[in-house]
Amino acid sequence: MQNEKVLELTNLRTQFITKDSTSTAVNGVSYHIKRGEVLGLVGESGCGKSVTALSIMRLFRDTPGRITGGAVMFGGRNITEISEREMAKIRGKEIAMIFQEPMSSLNPTMKIGKQLTEVILKHRHISVREAKELALDMLRQVGIPRAEQLMNEFPHQLSGGMNQRVMIAMGMSLNPSVLIADEPTTALDVTIQAQILELMKSINEEHGMSILLITHDLGVVAEMCHRVVVMYAGRVVEEADVHSLFAKPLHPYTHGLIDSTPVIGARIERLKSIRGNVPSLDNMPEGCVFGPRCDSFEDRCGREEPPVFHIEQQGVLRKCRCWTAESQSVGKD
Amino acid sequence: MEKLVEVIDIKKHFPVRSGLLGKKQSVKAVDGVNFHIAKGEVLSLVGESGCGKSTTGRLVVRLLPLTGGRVIFDGADITDISEPNMRPKRKDMQMIFQDPYSSLNPRMKVKRLVSEPLLVHTDMDEAARHKRVEELLEVVGLPRGSINKYPHEFSGGQRQRIGIARAISVNPKLIVADEPVSALDVSVQSQVLNLLQDLQKDLGLTYLFISHNLSVVEHISDRICVMYLGKIAEVATRDQLYENPMHPYTKALLSAVPIPDPSKKRRRIILKGDIPSPVNPPAGCNFHTRCHECMDVCKHEPPQPKDVGNGHIVACHHHLC
Repeated sequence: MQNEKVLELTNLRTQFITKDSTSTAVNGVSYHIKRGEVLGLVGESGCGKSVTALSIMRLFRDTPGRITGGAVMFGGRNITEISEREMAKIRGKEIAMIFQEPMSSLNPTMKIGKQLTEVILKHRHISVREAKELALDMLRQVGIPRAEQLMNEFPHQLSGGMNQRVMIAMGMSLNPSVLIADEPTTALDVTIQAQILELMKSINEEHGMSILLITHDLGVVAEMCHRVVVMYAGRVVEEADVHSLFAKPLHPYTHGLIDSTPVIGARIERLKSIRGNVPSLDNMPEGCVFGPRCDSFEDRCGREEPPVFHIEQQGVLRKCRCWTAESQSVGKD
Repeated sequence: MEKLVEVIDIKKHFPVRSGLLGKKQSVKAVDGVNFHIAKGEVLSLVGESGCGKSTTGRLVVRLLPLTGGRVIFDGADITDISEPNMRPKRKDMQMIFQDPYSSLNPRMKVKRLVSEPLLVHTDMDEAARHKRVEELLEVVGLPRGSINKYPHEFSGGQRQRIGIARAISVNPKLIVADEPVSALDVSVQSQVLNLLQDLQKDLGLTYLFISHNLSVVEHISDRICVMYLGKIAEVATRDQLYENPMHPYTKALLSAVPIPDPSKKRRRIILKGDIPSPVNPPAGCNFHTRCHECMDVCKHEPPQPKDVGNGHIVACHHHLC
């Protein structure tokens, strides 16, 4: 892994604006992905983790979603500002994305082979035959048995795991520098999930492809990621390398999340939980957004939202959006 | 130990027809399953999609007619009894579903939703029902004012609490909980799991807990039944299963669960291929196509479940001798 940043979000804000309401799904989010890194983006439903991915890809067609602030730097350019035509060249070719439901991302009326070659031909000036060869090669690389036959089949003839492999093959076929995987194994059975995670790991290790892995599953994070960004209510609340995060979470939310996850072999009498519920976007609490659910709540938390504090531990930089981190901070966002 | 539920060789085959004039086939969703649940016990059914765990749950409470086998509930054979005779028994067996969105009628207020079983199964009057609903909401940890609200006004976790309040309203003996926490976020999932455990202790309930999540199952169960393609692979107590899994499928399943601890590196058994279709399950042992310990005999001969000691049951040729 190198230190070069392939993708960087600074202070990104994405809002869903309709006639009668504005909700801020992503509220000042900053993080970056290094070349060859697997970055985990975790959080519970509604925390804005998927919306940041859609913002990077600018996939807001037919929704009132709009980037209203901040920047997404990729290849030396702020890609929130480039034209749609320029963006279309990046989307799929430079940054690819796979989704939770592989079935709904594939065209149900088109054969797998056609879908793959079409994507390849759109971005590369090669002959149809070469594109077909490449598609076939990609299917073999993602571990699909009887790839030739599969080129002539439709998505509904394949299982969920196989469709996800096809999506990964499609994502990789243009050799992008970043792959965004949004809950890629959430809809799959655990034995199939293990296969897909293994595949993604080998893609990262062998091709050095950077992966932004969006998930709610801390097990998947621990297994796959080098570094982790934790989101809550549209904000980044913590960022750390994976070992520090699990060994010593700094933010009370991260702490709660780890404690409330049942772990095989742990055998605890009673699970810890975080009281209350995730706040809704149009009814955010004053001060710290996690305040009402936090065990370390103090008066100040109800009045002032904490900034993201930078903390140095054993030479490694971590970030935490909590007043409890203020005393050890060496800087802030 | 008194048995509350016993199922003997239960089967559920769904007819399917492939193609326009295709031949009649059947999906063998459940194909000869045996187990019992002791009073006060939590028995879990685990397995991947299509293994028949949910169908088994529905067969136990007779929400689906059986294709074969018998179901004994609280000492009585309920396999063939008529629907009118079944109705009073339903009071003793309640269900909690995965999706609290679709299992609660969106046009009904909480009061109506929770009191409906009381209306069907008891002769309580309006005032008594109201009082009971208030008590129940308190038991499941919902705010008092909830009684006159609609389901959409609640979060997923709160909605699941409404479903739980409804299920316990008539003091059932058995609760069949079908993936009750799968749709919930982890921080809320643990709240609901704790609630289910408290209720089981306080009310002396018996659970049939259906889940694909092996960590959740370890946390809540006394005993566990692992299913694969409509059949039982292994039945064991929690300690037996998690400390000494015997069926190769159970071993693979346990090793596939990602552990939220990056300092732990494990040897993982990665199963080849997909789960076969239950229309055409493999001959012999139905797991042999994906098994990492497959022998010749496994391809022809289906293994019979065998008690290998202390009630630990395994259906695998490796443990038949």
